[in-house]
Amino acid sequence: MKTLVLPIVIPLAAAALMMLLPKRAMLQRWIAMVASIGLLASAVHIFRQVDVAGVQVLYISNWPAPFGIALVADLLAAVLVVAVGVVGTAVAAVSFAGVDPRREAFGYHPLLQILLMGVSGAFLTGDLFNLYVWFEVMLVASFVLMAINRTRPQMEAAFKYVAINLIASSVFLTALGLLYGATGTLNMAELARVWPDLRGPAIDTVLAALFLIAFATKAGLFPLFFWLPASYHTPPAAVGAAFAGLLTKVGVYALIRVFTLLFHSAPPALFWLLLGMSAATMVIGLVAALDERDLRRVLAFNLVGHIGYTTASLSLLTPAAVAGAIFYVLHHIIVITNLYLVSGVLLRLRRTTEFSGLGGLLKSQPLFAVLAMLPIFSLAGVPPLSGFLGKLAVIDGMFSAGAYWVGGLVLVVGLLTLLSMARTWADAFWRAPDDRQDMMHPGTAFLWTIGALSVLMIGMTIGAEPIFDVALRGAEQLLARDPYVHAVLGGAP
Amino acid sequence: MEALLALASGVLYAAGIYMMLRRRLAQLIIGLGLLANGTNLLIFAAGGLTRGRPPVVPDGATSLVPPYADPVPQALVLTAIVIGFGLLAFSLVLAHRVHETVGSDDVDAVGRRR
Repeated sequence: MKTLVLPIVIPLAAAALMMLLPKRAMLQRWIAMVASIGLLASAVHIFRQVDVAGVQVLYISNWPAPFGIALVADLLAAVLVVAVGVVGTAVAAVSFAGVDPRREAFGYHPLLQILLMGVSGAFLTGDLFNLYVWFEVMLVASFVLMAINRTRPQMEAAFKYVAINLIASSVFLTALGLLYGATGTLNMAELARVWPDLRGPAIDTVLAALFLIAFATKAGLFPLFFWLPASYHTPPAAVGAAFAGLLTKVGVYALIRVFTLLFHSAPPALFWLLLGMSAATMVIGLVAALDERDLRRVLAFNLVGHIGYTTASLSLLTPAAVAGAIFYVLHHIIVITNLYLVSGVLLRLRRTTEFSGLGGLLKSQPLFAVLAMLPIFSLAGVPPLSGFLGKLAVIDGMFSAGAYWVGGLVLVVGLLTLLSMARTWADAFWRAPDDRQDMMHPGTAFLWTIGALSVLMIGMTIGAEPIFDVALRGAEQLLARDPYVHAVLGGAP
Repeated sequence: MEALLALASGVLYAAGIYMMLRRRLAQLIIGLGLLANGTNLLIFAAGGLTRGRPPVVPDGATSLVPPYADPVPQALVLTAIVIGFGLLAFSLVLAHRVHETVGSDDVDAVGRRR
C-alpha cells in the first residue's frame, strides 16, 4: 500500500520546505500545522486499511522482502502512528502561542518535523537495521532540540541525554551485528521465520539481553532511566511534550516488537528480568515523583513509572496483558503530552513549574484550571477518565495471566500516582492565592490544544470498547506472528 | 583473520568503555568513538569474511557462485560509520559548549543539582 510512506514523506517534505524559508516564522508555523494534520490524516487512513484488510506492506523500490526494506503496518504500528499524528498536531498548534524567537530562527519547526518522521519511521519499518537508522534520525533531531539554547541546565541535560543515548545505540548496533552474523538477515519477518531453527539458549539469551539493555535505556526502565528525569524538565514545554509523548514509547514499541517476534521462547529468566525491571521502575518512579516539588520533575518521574506498567504487561506475553499494554500506551501518550502542555501554560503564567511559585490558579485562571484538572486526574486513574480504564486493562491482563503480585503492585503504584497528582492539583491550582500575579495570558493556542487533547482523552473513555477491541486484536496479531510474517514474505512457509 | 578482527573489536570495546569511565568530557567522547568503531568491526567480522571474491557476477554467468563476500555487512558498516561520524561531530561541539557554560570538563561537575 503506497500510503504507508506518507507518515515519513510528509514531515520530510515539510521540513525541507521550511529550511528554505528560514526567516518566515509565521509561515513555518502554518506549514508545520498543515503537515502534522496531513500526517494524522494519512495515519488514520493507514489504520483503517489495516483494521479492515489486515497487515499492510510496502516494499521500498519494489525490492522483494527479505532483500529490500519493507514498511509494515500492523495494528500496533498503525495506532501508534495515529498517536504520532495527534502529538505532532498538538505540538504544532501550541507554537501559535509563541516560540522563543532564537529557537525558531535555529530550526525549531523543521527539527520537530524530523523528529516526527523518525518516530513514524521507527514504528513502520519492517527491518531491524532500518529501525536503528530511524532511532538515530529521531535522536539527532531530539539532541539538537534539546541543546539549541545555551543555558547551563539545558547544556548539562543535553549532554547527559546525548551520552547515554549514544551508548544505548552502540549496544543496539552490537546486537544487530551479532544477529546478522547468526541469521544472515535483518528483515523482521524473515528473522521471525528463521530464528526458531537457528536459536539456542545461549545466543537467545545474549541477543535478547543486548536488545533489552538498548531498548530499556530508551524506554526508561530501572536501572537505566536516570537520564530521563535529569533532562526532560529543561527544554520548553512543547518540546518536552513531544519527547515525553513519543520518544520513550519508541523504546517500548521496540521491546514489544523484538520480544513478540523473536524472543518469545527465550529462557524465562529474561522475562523475569524484564518483569523485575518494570516492577522496580513503577515503584521507584512514583516514590521519586512524590519527593519532587517541581511539576516538570514530577511528570518526568510519573512518565518513567508508568512505562513500567506497559513493559510488565509485555513480559507476560498473553493477549490480554499485551492488549492492556497497547491501550495504556495510547492513553499515556495523550495524557502525558497534555500534562507537559499544562506545564507550558504554568511557565507562561508564573515563569516556573515549582510548586512554591504556583498556587491560586483556580481563582485567577478558572478555565485553565478546569482544563488542567482533566489530564491530571486521568493520569491519576480517577474514573471515568481514560487513565482508569487503562489501568483496569493493565491489571485485568496481569490478573488473567496469573501475575497477581504485579497486578497488586500496579494498584499500589496507582495509589502513589493519585497522591502525586492530587498534590499537584492542590499545590498548583487549589492552594489559596497569595500575592503572586499571573505574568501573561495562558495562551489561547495552549487552552484549545489542552482542551482538544482532553476531549480526545474523554473520547477514549466513551469509545473504550472499540479501542480496547483494536488493542486486543493488535495483541493477538503480535503474538500469533503469522499474519505479520505472511504479509511481508507472501505465502512463503 | 576472523580471530584477529574479533580481538581488535574486543580491544576497542574495552578501551572505549575504559575511556567512558574516566571523568573528563573529552575522554568520554573518545570512548564513544572507540565503541562505535569496535561495533563496526564486530558487524564486519560477524557477517563472515571471504577474501578476494567480490560479489560481482562474472562475465558470461547469470548468478553469483559461492563463496563470495557478503555485501550486506559492508553496507551496514558504511551506514553505521556515517551515522557514527555525524554523532561524534555533534557530541564534540556539544562537549565544547558544555565546557564553555559549565567551565569545567569534569563529568561530575556537569549536572550536579544545586
